[in-house]
Amino acid sequence: MNIDKRIADDLAANGVSFVTTVPCKQLAGVIQEIEGRDDIFHIPSNKEDEGMGLCAGAWMGGKRPAIIMQNTAIGVTINTLATLIQYYRMPLPMLISYRGELREPVACQVEMAVHTKALLAQLNIPTYHFHWQRDVEELDNILKYTFMCNKPVAILTDANFWGGYGDQ
Amino acid sequence: MIRSEILKEIAPILRDQLVVCNIGIPSQELHAIDDQPSNFYMLGTMGLASSIGLGLALAQPKPVIVIDGDGSILTNLGTLPTIGNNAPANYILMIIDNGSYGSTGDQPTYTSQRTDLAGMARAAGCARVVEVQDKDTGPALEEALASGEATVLVVKCDSGNASMPVITMDPVVIRDRFMKAVSA
Ligand SMILES: Cc1ncc(C[n+]2csc(CCOP(=O)(O)OP(=O)(O)O)c2C)c(N)n1
Ligand SMILES: [Mg+2]
Repeated sequence: MNIDKRIADDLAANGVSFVTTVPCKQLAGVIQEIEGRDDIFHIPSNKEDEGMGLCAGAWMGGKRPAIIMQNTAIGVTINTLATLIQYYRMPLPMLISYRGELREPVACQVEMAVHTKALLAQLNIPTYHFHWQRDVEELDNILKYTFMCNKPVAILTDANFWGGYGDQ
Repeated sequence: MIRSEILKEIAPILRDQLVVCNIGIPSQELHAIDDQPSNFYMLGTMGLASSIGLGLALAQPKPVIVIDGDGSILTNLGTLPTIGNNAPANYILMIIDNGSYGSTGDQPTYTSQRTDLAGMARAAGCARVVEVQDKDTGPALEEALASGEATVLVVKCDSGNASMPVITMDPVVIRDRFMKAVSA
């Protein structure tokens, strides 16, 4: 299975046509896939809170948005999640690389990994953790759920899900 | 002129347009001067008015006017390259540059010293950047609407706030009536 194409296909099948991204090494393939598609408009943002603003506007303009970012960005976006996305009740699927989990080679990444689920839980953000590649089968339902309830929803995807780092 | 005087003067232009308005006193002033369902008031999230407006302009064809502030642009400077590289023709970013964080008591921002927002917008790739003095805002805004080009309009004005009530409307009501105005 080409996991990057599978994710983009699920986004498109759920009407997601506006995607903003800030890269992570783990997300390189899915970002490239989205950039290359005609059915999804890709707009890179410079910071993830900026990206959430773009998504909020796109949604009010009638498009279904999504953001693709690293879990470190939870530290960047808490205010935006609380005072924009949640306060105005907007849907936002967040496909998040879960750095600092099993098979992580960079120690610094663990420092935000240990806070990631606690912060999401504190914000009452529905959170799913993809660890095995087959977990992607849940994505379609998660996207439907997100646009049903108009909430930000986190999909954490760890290194094991993406197939690890070469020899790790 | 201060921000509220400018808003009073351009209210007849804003009335028929989709407007995304900056957090704090700018939104309170616009709300008090001429509340419209086509106004999206930011109640928090300093810095994101320009981004919300850009997403909106990209998603649908109606003109979008963002009323932003110098402090809010400075806190989300990454917005300028994103605008410079992506803004569609229906996007107008009007920065009320009063050289201060008006809402929090007029503390000076760096635009009151050496920093030039119009220059920064140009360097970020924005093609149509216009800087005007407060009294010339109305004609400049009309021109931007007629230009058929994305515009960054920097309005230089005095620091100061009118005393207006806070917005007590529920955010979901603001958002819902705004979305109805967008799709009307
Ligand atoms: C993250 C964050 N920091 C600080 C504030 C407080 N704050 C609200 S409005 C504002 C000033 C905004 O200044 P500007 O964008 O220039 O608008 P003006 O009121 O001057 O028109 C500040 C600092 C905030 N709301 N959020
Ligand atoms: Mg200001």
